[in-house]
Amino acid sequence: MNTVNIVKISYRSLGRNKLRSFLTMLGIIIGVAAVIAMLAIGEGASNAVKEQIAGLGTNMLIVFPFASTQGGVHYQAGTTSRLKEGDVTAIREQCPAVEYVTPITRVVTQIIAGSENWRTNVFGAYPNYEKIRNWPVSSGSYFTEQDERDAAKVCLIGQTVAQNLFGAGSVPIGETIQIRNLPFKIIGVLSPKGQNANGDDQDDIVIAPFSTVQRKLEGSIYAGAIFASAISSAAVPVAGQEITQLLRDRHKLRPWDPNDFTVRTQTEIASTADATTKTMTLLLASIAGISLIVGGIGIMNIMLVSVTERTREIGIRMAVGARGGDVLTQFLIEALTLSFAGGLIGIVIGVLTSEFVSNLQKWPIIISPESIGLAFTFAAIIGIFFGWYPARKAANLNPIDALRYE
Amino acid sequence: MAGSIISVKHLVKIYKMGDFEVHALRGINLDIEAREFVAIMGASGSGKSTFMNIVGCLDTQTSGEYLLDGVDVGKMDKDELARLRNLRLGFVFQAFNLLPRTTALENVELPLLYSNKLSSAQRREKAMEALDAVGLGDRSEHYSSQLSGGQQQRVAIARSLVNDPVVILADEPTGNLDTRTSVEVMEIFQKLNARGITVVLVTHETGIAQFAERNVVFTDGKINRVITVADRKIASEELPKIPVLLDEMES
Ligand SMILES: Nc1ncnc2c1ncn2[C@@H]1O[C@H](COP(=O)(O)OP(=O)(O)O)[C@@H](O)[C@H]1O
Ligand SMILES: [Mg+2]
Repeated sequence: MNTVNIVKISYRSLGRNKLRSFLTMLGIIIGVAAVIAMLAIGEGASNAVKEQIAGLGTNMLIVFPFASTQGGVHYQAGTTSRLKEGDVTAIREQCPAVEYVTPITRVVTQIIAGSENWRTNVFGAYPNYEKIRNWPVSSGSYFTEQDERDAAKVCLIGQTVAQNLFGAGSVPIGETIQIRNLPFKIIGVLSPKGQNANGDDQDDIVIAPFSTVQRKLEGSIYAGAIFASAISSAAVPVAGQEITQLLRDRHKLRPWDPNDFTVRTQTEIASTADATTKTMTLLLASIAGISLIVGGIGIMNIMLVSVTERTREIGIRMAVGARGGDVLTQFLIEALTLSFAGGLIGIVIGVLTSEFVSNLQKWPIIISPESIGLAFTFAAIIGIFFGWYPARKAANLNPIDALRYE
Repeated sequence: MAGSIISVKHLVKIYKMGDFEVHALRGINLDIEAREFVAIMGASGSGKSTFMNIVGCLDTQTSGEYLLDGVDVGKMDKDELARLRNLRLGFVFQAFNLLPRTTALENVELPLLYSNKLSSAQRREKAMEALDAVGLGDRSEHYSSQLSGGQQQRVAIARSLVNDPVVILADEPTGNLDTRTSVEVMEIFQKLNARGITVVLVTHETGIAQFAERNVVFTDGKINRVITVADRKIASEELPKIPVLLDEMES
C-alpha cells in the first residue's frame, strides 16, 4: 500500500467536501468546548466554595449568647444569658475535646490614621484566634499572651483596612492608628481572606487583644461570643456536647430549661456546603455528559447521512482497483484529521469560554488536564468510530454492491 | 481454449433474496480472443450486466469457471481481484460513476493512485494522455458537474484505459447518450481496440452492436446465439453522416 498516495487521497476528499468536513468537525468542536468549559467553571466554582469553608477555620465551634430558634419561636431564658470570660476558662480547663478557645468581642467604630479614617469592626480575641480561625499574618506577627495580660494597645489589621488607611500595597507595621482616641500600634497585617459565604468582606477588620478591647474600648464584662476549636474534626460533635453540658451547669439551668446559648459547629456548615458542592459537581458533570452526547450525535448524524454517498464512492474506488485496506486507511486518516483538528479547535474555544466566564463571575476557573483529556479522547473516539465503521462495512462489500447501495 | 483472454465455462449466478432465488446466469460458456471487439446483446433482465460484473471482477459467480488470460479468477482473494481491476481491466458504467466534486483529471488519475509506481508528475502526464485520447485534453480541470453526459462518459473511458488494461468492459456505455455522442464514444472504443485492447461492450441497440466484430445474444441467462458481424461499421466513417445540428445543444 502506498501510504503517501492514500494520505493524498484523504486530503483531496476532505477538501472536496468542505461542508461535510466542517459539520463533522463542528460536532467535535461543540462537544469538546462544552465539556472543557463546563468542567472548568464547575471545578472553579466548587473550589471557591471549598476555600470559603476552609477559610472559616478548622474544626471550629461558635458559642452565641442567645437561645437558638426552634420552629420559629425564639426561646429567651431570662435576661442573664451572658457569656463571661470565666466560661472560656472553664471550657479550656474542663473540655478535653477542645483544643483552643477564646472569647470574642466586637466594636464597630471609626479608626483614624493621620488624615485618613475608616469605619470597621474591631475584634477582641486571644492570640490563639490565629489557630482557631486558621488565619495567619502576611507580615509582622500576632500579639502575645503577655500583650493579652497587659491589655497592650497593639493590633493586627486586615488587608482592606490597610489599603484604605495607608494605600494599596503598603506594609504599615509599626504605624499607629487611633481607635476611639486611643493610640494602637500595628504589629501585623492579616493575610487576605476574601468574602465569606454571606458576601461580607472578611478583610475589613482590626484584631486586638481581648482584654484591651473589653476594658479600654467597651467597658463590658461580657463576651459577644466564644470561638473554640476541637482537637480534630471528628471530635467536633463531642466538643459541642462537652461545651453545652458545661455551660448549662455553669448557667445553673434546670433539666427542663432550654439552653440560653447556642453552639454552632463548623461541621454543620461544612456538610451543608459540601452537599451543595457535590450537587453542583453532579449537575455540571451531567451537563458535560449531555454536551458530549449532543456533540457525539452530531458527528454520528453527519457520518450516517453521508454513508450512501460515501458507500458509492467506495464502490467507485474499489472498481478502479482500491483494496479494502486502502479505503479503510483513507477513511481513518480523514476521521483522525477531523477529530484532531476539531478537538484542538474545541480545546481553544473551551478554554477561551472558560476564561471569559471567569472574568464575568470573578471566580478563578480550574482547567484540569483530565477534563481536556476526557473531552478530546471521547470526541476522537466518536469521530474515528463513526468514520471507520461505515467504511469498514462498505469496504467488505463486493464493489458492485457498494456501487448499487442506496 | 488456449489463447483466449477471457474464458468462461458453465458460469452460473444465483441472486438469493430471502427464500427467493433469481437465476441470472444459467451456465454461460464463452471465449473471447485477445484484441477482439465483442458486443453482448439481449433483452433487459437477460443477465448481461451480471455477466459483465463477474468478468470485470466486481462480483463473484455462484459456480462455474472464469479464466482471465489463463488465470483462474475464482481462486483469487479480494486484494488480488483489486489488483486485477486496477492493472488488467477497465470498466465503463452506464451511469458514468465519476467521483463528484472532482476534476476530470483527478478522476482519471484515480486508478494510478492505487497502483503505486508513479511520481505525481508522471501520473499527471499519463492522465493527460488518456484525456487526450478521448478528446478531452482541454477539459482536464472541469468538474464532472460541468461536463455533458457524453463528456462524462469519455472521462470514464479515459479512467478505464489510463493503466493500460488488457480488457475494457463497458456496460451500456451509450445507454444515456444521444445518437451522435454514442457514435463518438464507439469511435473511441474502435481506436482503443485498434491499439490492441480487447473490448467487451453491452448494448441493446443493434446499431451500436454493428461496430463490434462479434455479437453474443443473451436470452434468460443463457447464450442464445453468436453472430459474426458481416459488414462491420466504422465509427469515423459513420460520424459525417449524422447531422450535427441537434447535438450542438448538448455540448
Ligand atoms: N443485485 C441483484 N439482486 C437480485 N437480483 C438481481 C440483482 N441484479 C440483477 N438481478 C436480477 O438478475 C437478472 C439479470 O439482471 P441483469 O444482469 O441486470 O440483466 P440485464 O443487464 O441484461 O438487464 C434480472 O432478473 C435481475 O432482476
Ligand atoms: Mg444491465
